[in-house]
Amino acid sequence: MHAVTTTSAAPALRPRLTWFTFASPANFYRLAGALAPACGVAAAAFALAGLWMGFFVAPTDAVQGEVYRIIFIHVPTAWMSMVLYVAMAFWAAMGWFLNARMAFIFARAIAPTGALFTVLGLWTGALWGRPTWGTWWVWDARLTSELILLFLYLGYMALVAAIDDTRRADKAGALLAIVGVVNVPVIYFSVVWWNTLHQGSSLTMGAKQHMASTMLVAMLLLTLACWAYAFAVVFLRARAITLEREGDAAWARALVAAKIQG
Amino acid sequence: MQWHSLSEFLDMGGRGGFVWGAYGTFLLLMLVEPLVARARLRAARTAIAERMADEEAARAAGARP
Repeated sequence: MHAVTTTSAAPALRPRLTWFTFASPANFYRLAGALAPACGVAAAAFALAGLWMGFFVAPTDAVQGEVYRIIFIHVPTAWMSMVLYVAMAFWAAMGWFLNARMAFIFARAIAPTGALFTVLGLWTGALWGRPTWGTWWVWDARLTSELILLFLYLGYMALVAAIDDTRRADKAGALLAIVGVVNVPVIYFSVVWWNTLHQGSSLTMGAKQHMASTMLVAMLLLTLACWAYAFAVVFLRARAITLEREGDAAWARALVAAKIQG
Repeated sequence: MQWHSLSEFLDMGGRGGFVWGAYGTFLLLMLVEPLVARARLRAARTAIAERMADEEAARAAGARP
């Protein structure tokens, strides 16, 4: 796969921007270097706004009291745990079928952040469950399938770390990631398919909302914060993995040499 | 705003431990993970710089008569 295409009829002075421009490690490295800090700033801004809404504007919940405020981070982290798994499996599949170098790097870069959001989803859920249900944990469908998601992330990370040959590790990890994606709809629909202790969806597309609008805004602001955070840290890690793999490439060496002199 | 004092805010209706335990972990992990990722990027750069220095030294030694 080539990073830059120029037609012979009209020789381009600048590299043309195509779908494959950022499939080039050098181009991606530069782009991600610019995007990661911007995403980090956006994450902090959304988080501050969301925390303000969540703690100072949203009212006390009539049934659950103040502890319900955990929802503002519980729901976004649980969403991210599923979204990132699908993203990881998508890039793993892209790497597998298109044999694209950067796709495998994205899959690997996403896994630790996905695992982190899964831990946060489970942890904030336990801290919410204890005062509202009277228990930290139950083996119900929602909680169990989310725990399996954590094991899938950890299994993927352990598997790719255990195989020395990078290409074989990428492919073995991709297979695990792709097979494990069946767990995501199970998590999502578990509260519908089974009679669980976990409450139903906080948000339903097209349905009349039962949350106060200030609560909803707080939750959505923190969701945006989590998205921006995930982009920032995944870009950062993907840059690190790119350099680890491309250490012999001329662009990487030129970049490091410039860094030493500068 | 429903809080009349800082202690009332921190108490969270008697559920302060749960609420702050959740938010504290959330913020802590989100501060730590980017630092770990940045350290990995720095380590990758250092590894390349060291390899280049080693190769330079090997070339210099080879050039000596």
